[in-house]
Amino acid sequence: MIKMDVTAIFQIAGVGIIIAIIHSVLKQMGKEDMAHWVTVMGFVVGLFMVIDLLGELFQEIKAIFLFQ
Amino acid sequence: MEIIQIVGLGLIATILVLVLKDQKPLFAFLITSFTGVFIFLLVIGKIDAVITVINELATKSGIPDIYLKTVLKIIGIAYIAEFGAQMVRDAGQESIASKIEFAGKIFILVLAIPIINVIIETLLSLLPMGS
Repeated sequence: MIKMDVTAIFQIAGVGIIIAIIHSVLKQMGKEDMAHWVTVMGFVVGLFMVIDLLGELFQEIKAIFLFQ
Repeated sequence: MEIIQIVGLGLIATILVLVLKDQKPLFAFLITSFTGVFIFLLVIGKIDAVITVINELATKSGIPDIYLKTVLKIIGIAYIAEFGAQMVRDAGQESIASKIEFAGKIFILVLAIPIINVIIETLLSLLPMGS
């Protein structure tokens, strides 16, 4: 179940690169505030992936070490 | 040879972080934390097996259950605190990281107090009284 998740690293990196491109394009067009919103949205998407895995990790640690 | 997989994963993640760090540091942080969590999840299955064996040994040798539970809880708190502190430190917030470590130490101390109590009581009972 964990093995497949390795692609998530590439997903996050891909989202980051694309967001960087969109950011610079929007900046060239003079829409600074739009660019920042795009960055925030991309960050939230990546954050969800990380938070999911982090929650899983804490559940495992709790189950193994803390007997809950 | 899972170690080769883990080393390869770390190298790839490092390269991706280096690519992204100049453009978007936020995403570099996300990749770093994701990789850390992922490697930890890969390893934690092995830790589970080791702890099961230790548990069996402790049951056989008749050590009271509460001691082993306390030690395992302390190890768990140490792992979580260390992990969180390192993630925060990677993001450059040294002061928050040291506070997290401080909180971890306090919790460990609180858990260890019953054991310390038992040790001191044992010592007191060993001392010759009334001399």
